[in-house]
Formats: sequence, structure tokens, C-alpha cells
Amino acid sequence: MRYTFLLYSDPADFADMTQDDWVQMKSVYGQYIGALQAAGVFVDTDWLHPADTATTLSMKGGEKSVQDGPVAETRETLGGYFVIDVPDLDAALKWAEQCPAAHAGKIEVRASAMDSLG
Amino acid sequence: MTSPVRAAEDAARASYGKLVAMLAVRSGDIAAAEDALADAFVQALRTWPETGVPDRPDAWLLTTARNRRIDVLRRDRRVTFTDEVPDMPMQATQDFPDDRLKLLFVCAHPAIDKAIRTPLMLQTVLGVQATDIARVFQVAPAAMAQRLVRAKRKIRDARIPFVRPDDADLPPRIDAVLQAVYAAYAVDWQEGAGDLSHEAHFLAVTLAGLMPDVAEALGLAALITFIEARREAAIQHGQYVPLPEQDMALWNTQLIDRAAHFLTRASALGQMGRFQLEAAIQAVHAERHVTRTTNWRAISQLYAGLMQIAPSLGAAVGRAAAVGEDAGPAEGLALLDQIDPSAVQDFQPYWAARAHLLAHSDPQKSVAAYDRAIELGTYQPAVAWLDARRAKLRDRLD
Repeated sequence: MRYTFLLYSDPADFADMTQDDWVQMKSVYGQYIGALQAAGVFVDTDWLHPADTATTLSMKGGEKSVQDGPVAETRETLGGYFVIDVPDLDAALKWAEQCPAAHAGKIEVRASAMDSLG
Repeated sequence: MTSPVRAAEDAARASYGKLVAMLAVRSGDIAAAEDALADAFVQALRTWPETGVPDRPDAWLLTTARNRRIDVLRRDRRVTFTDEVPDMPMQATQDFPDDRLKLLFVCAHPAIDKAIRTPLMLQTVLGVQATDIARVFQVAPAAMAQRLVRAKRKIRDARIPFVRPDDADLPPRIDAVLQAVYAAYAVDWQEGAGDLSHEAHFLAVTLAGLMPDVAEALGLAALITFIEARREAAIQHGQYVPLPEQDMALWNTQLIDRAAHFLTRASALGQMGRFQLEAAIQAVHAERHVTRTTNWRAISQLYAGLMQIAPSLGAAVGRAAAVGEDAGPAEGLALLDQIDPSAVQDFQPYWAARAHLLAHSDPQKSVAAYDRAIELGTYQPAVAWLDARRAKLRDRLD
């Protein structure tokens, strides 16, 4: 079963980060990705530019609308994701616990619905 | 004495939970397991009167439910064929594998909303109807049904595994199961039809049987069994009767013995805990049956222990009341005064205890405390009792 980790955090928490902090953080994430790969559960990941750089598009109702900003203005914003492939929620939660993003914010864990669509 | 009807109901309840657990454990789909089992029951009602009850009714039901499930899956081709359930051994000697503990762990999984864990257990493990659960939890039946459906869907779709948790995770997970089972008993049970206390008691005893080496599981079974033993004595003529005033002839000594046995087994494991201490308090009260007197000193000490390992408002008030009986009302009141006033503003047991402890020294303040306790009361028999106490006190004041 594939699980997606949606990584949420408050950008204000990162406002004071120095260049060294970023380098450090990159290496911590690198180690985590390495651990996922070594366990054979890694599928995909990305780290996103802040939500204030987002562009939101919709074709709902046949009309195109393009807006500056994210879908919803929230204090905690989506900053990245991981996709892993593990047997069940307990295994997914174990990996989420070790994810560096869990220590800086929150992780929403969602199971893939592709299997049930068939 | 357990009536034959109750015994038969319990046997059916035990089978139901085992069958749901066995059917759901592989597929992770509790709702589908329940549906298949319901179909099997319908078929049993149709065929058993003609063919006679099979030697192993459980095995028959499981096989029938499994076949129903396979039929449904065949019809619904989008679903992959993964939930093969093993054949039920037909020999009467072979026991069912009991997957109910796994089902309980799933119901009390940290990913499941705390508020729905207990209703989920009552429904899936005991087969209690959603409407009955809704009445006891004072939720609209449709809302309760919807929340149960949602929880089961989450278990299936998020794939919460039906397993015994890892050793590292086990203590908090066991605690969650115990809390949910305790909540099944602690909700304000109504009298008469729709009262689920017997089911909750059955659940606690089942849990103790499934985890015989977990002291707190035994402690919880002891606690609930003690309370259940005095159920009849606790309400007389629609009015609550506090423990020290109960007619011991109405106590169920068979259940008291069983409760004491649970507690002895728990103590032997050497892992002290909250439920064992609460059960021990109940055990001291039960001793009155033999000694004709209540050992309030022992009860005070047990409450002091409870305040150390699991402090709560209820324990603090219980301790003050016990000390009031043992060392005198002034000592009890002193303990009540140590509790944060803002925390007890709306806590009914506090006002009831305060009223009782003030009855002799300050009847006027006592009446005021009774007023507050009655105002906060939601449990009719308890309100009736407080009302009677207040009336007596007023007579004395006049």
C-alpha cells in the first residue's frame, strides 16, 4: 500500500534559519531518504517553495480561473511530501515518526486509493 | 446467579465477536464481515428449523459467511481476491482461534477518534445495535451510525493492521483498549431496556481472558465486576443508595467472589495500576459483607495511592470523603479545600461530598452544597437521593 506524507509546517518557524541551518536540514533529509531507500520503501519526494509562491488554477464549471496563492490560507502550509510503499498504517506511522518534518511541524498520512478503484 | 437466558446471550455475544474478528482480520473490512455474518444468521434462521442446529453452529456460520463474502467479491470484480478466510475446523474438540484481541486493538488504535472507540468495540466485538449505543451515549442514532461507518471505512481504507502491536508500542496500546472498555462501563447507564452495563461487564471480562498476563486488564475486570455485583443494591425504589448504606443481602456474592479472584490474580503479577487500586477500594467495601464494618482507614490509604499514580478530580473527592469518614468531617473538608475551586465548580461529586461533610458543622452551607449538587445532577436516582438528604437537613433546620 502506498502512503503519502503531506508535510505541514508554520513558515514563521523557519524565518530565522541561517544558511548553515539549511545545509544541515538538507543533510538530515538526505539521511532520511537514504534510510527509506535502504528499506526498499521509498517511492517519491519533493520539497516545495513556500505557499505564498503558489498559483491556484481551476476549470470547474468550464471556466478557467487562475489565482495567486494557495487553495486555502492557513497558518500551517504544505511544504513537501513523501510517498512510501509499506504494508499497513502502523508501518507508515513508524516511518512518519522518523521523518524530520514531524519534528518541525505535522505530517498528514494518507493511504493511496488507487487499489480500491481498480 | 446468571440466568440461563443471560448465559445464552453471552455465548452468542462471544461467538459473534469471534466470528467478526475472524472474518475481518485478513480483509481489514469490518463492515463487510458484519454484513456477511448478518446474511449467515438470516440463512441459519431459514434452514436450522428444518435441518436442525448443526453440531458446530459457529463453524457453520463462519463457513456460510465466508461463502457469502466470496459471492459478493465475485460479483464485484473490481476487488482483488485477497481475503481468504481459513476453513473452520469442524471437529468439536478444536477451539476457535480468538482474534477478538486484534479487533480490540484496531478499535482503540491511536488513528481512530477517541470518542468512537468504545461504540466501535460495543458494536463489532459484542454486536450491540447502533441505535442502542446511540441512546446510551446520548447521540442521535443517525449520527452514531454514520460515525461508526466512517470509523470502519477508515480502518479498511487506511489499512489499520489487525495485529498484536510491537512490544515497544504495546503498553500505550493496551492502555487505550483498557480506557475504551472502562468508558463502556462508565457512561451514564440508563435503567431498564437499553442499559448496556451487562455488555460492558462482559467486554471487560473478555478482555481479562484475552490478556491474562496484563495486571491492569484483570484489575479492570475486578473493578467492573465488583460494581456490577452491587448493581441491584445501588438503586432502590428509583433512588440511589450509597455503598455504606446498601443492603448487603442484595449483593451478588458470586460476582463479588469472581471480582476478588480477578484482583488476586492481578496482584500476583506485581504491576500496580490505577484500575487495581480502584478495584481494591471496591474490595474493601465488599469486605463489609464479612466484617460488618467498613474499613475507612484502608480506603483512605488506597485513595492516597491512587492520587499518586493516577490523580484525578474523582479520586481527590473520593479521598476527601473517605478521610471524612475515617478521621472526621473536618479532615475531609480540609482535603476538599485543597482542590482547585475552579476545577470543581461543575463537578457534582464534589458538591455532594461537601454537603455530606458539612451536614453537622454547618447545616446551612450544607443545604447550599446540596442545592448545587442537585442542580448539576444528570442521573435521576442520584438526584432523588440528594433531594431526600437535603429535605432531612431542612427539617432539622426548621
